[in-house]
Amino acid sequence: MKVDVMSVRATVLSHFEQVAKEQRKSLAPLSDDLVLVDSGLDSLCLAIIVARLEDALGVDPFNATDGDFPVTLGDFIQLYANAAR
Amino acid sequence: MPLADAGALWPAVSAAGRLADRALWGAGASVTLGELVRGSSLGGRLEELRGRSVLIATSDQLTAALALVELDGVARRLVLGPPDLPSEHLSHIVTTAAVDALVSDGAVPPTSAPGVGVVVPCRPRLAPSDAERRGGHQTEWILLTSGTTGPPKLVVHTLASLAGAIREGHTLAGSAVWSTFYDIRRYGGLQIFLRALLGGGSLVLSSAGEALGDFLGRAGAHGVTHISGTPSHWRRALMSPAAHRIAPRYVRLSGEIADQAILDHLRACYPAARIAHAFASTEAGVAFDVDDGLAGFPASLLERPAGGVDLKVEAGSLRIRSARTATRYLETPGPPLVGRDGFVDTGDMVERRGDRLYFVGRRGGIINVGGLKVHPEEVEAVINGHPHVRMSLVRTRKNALTGALVVADVVLKAAADPANGRGAELEGEILRLCRDRLPRHKVPVAIHFVPALPVAPTGKLVRPDA
Repeated sequence: MKVDVMSVRATVLSHFEQVAKEQRKSLAPLSDDLVLVDSGLDSLCLAIIVARLEDALGVDPFNATDGDFPVTLGDFIQLYANAAR
Repeated sequence: MPLADAGALWPAVSAAGRLADRALWGAGASVTLGELVRGSSLGGRLEELRGRSVLIATSDQLTAALALVELDGVARRLVLGPPDLPSEHLSHIVTTAAVDALVSDGAVPPTSAPGVGVVVPCRPRLAPSDAERRGGHQTEWILLTSGTTGPPKLVVHTLASLAGAIREGHTLAGSAVWSTFYDIRRYGGLQIFLRALLGGGSLVLSSAGEALGDFLGRAGAHGVTHISGTPSHWRRALMSPAAHRIAPRYVRLSGEIADQAILDHLRACYPAARIAHAFASTEAGVAFDVDDGLAGFPASLLERPAGGVDLKVEAGSLRIRSARTATRYLETPGPPLVGRDGFVDTGDMVERRGDRLYFVGRRGGIINVGGLKVHPEEVEAVINGHPHVRMSLVRTRKNALTGALVVADVVLKAAADPANGRGAELEGEILRLCRDRLPRHKVPVAIHFVPALPVAPTGKLVRPDA
């Protein structure tokens, strides 16, 4: 459902911005084709985002999946949208 | 009163004098030491226990205390069964310590200790006894360590090793009234029991079923002057309105890391007291105590050993060599208690900052965040420094990217209940404090406000990851 993806997207983006701010990281402009390793966030930042998203959305697709890790921000959002469905 | 070499407990207690004025106060009964001169808690059956390996398995601390006084020097071995002794470990203890007699107040039915032929009941109501007290045995004192899993280890001490840290300075002309949140069958409590008896004082015993406020009220009513517990015991005590019913001259902490916050809170609550935190463990004995009001200990202790205790830091952990360390484990597989160099590895990790050393946590309790180590206790020390925090527990949270992250459960002081809408604000303040003081991998990713944290019967915080 489109609406779900949109709300998941908003939640994910707000956590990226929040964690970047907390961790004093300069965040690249957020777009679907942004490669996560180039986002300005290191693995600790991403780990924190994953933990906070689990609290916010009730899912941790990184724990559940046996598929590939997401490469782009778009993959990342899709992973959560699929898991939260 | 220093213990003469190879001396037994009763002669040393007698020599401290004023027996009629000194008491052991339990929750339900009390006994003066004077009554023990012509009385026995063992119903006149003391001689049946001579030369035996005796498991003291009483529910009540007072009966245990009386049995210890009577049996040191008489029994070959005294095994101190803690009140929460799991029955499934009983046969392991009986076998390992070659127990052939049981002193019981009914807590452990004799049938649950199979093969133990002699069972002697112990009561706080003394029976007349005209028998001359005579020792003869250099009794081994066996303490049980409280592992989180598996059977307890049996640690061998002597009265001399247990009493080695008790100095003249503690006697205070015999007027001291000691008390402890600990059970006296654990190392920390046993230290207080021996300080009271050997130093010419009295002792207020806690009781497992007793409310904290009632215990503090009772200690206050007996005029407690010296009182000890773990930092967790003290944090709970300071949450109680009854904290002000005692006015001790000496407050002692041991068994866990004393962080700056708890030292400061105790200073504020008991401005007239000397506040000391001791480093001691069942295996390593009492190494030192520090009473300058600051967390950690001066690095000079490493270079200038005091009181016959040598300290060193190896592979990050504190090692101790002294006459107060335990002798050995009874038949426990694994590394020996005392290393080849005579040092006991405490497993307590220390870190030097300037001219002071700080305890940062247990070797086994490390959280690994993406290859970087976090000791829960070092994060707790920072969180506990927030003025609204009473206590905290830092634990691991699994994470697919870094293996683990750090989260914190936090108990607020009553006035700062998160229910009054300040939860988010306080969480932000605590996290900012952590970010200011700690490297980023040590900062909790989440703060959960909880009403209470579980404290084990040992007086230590229950650590789920340990």
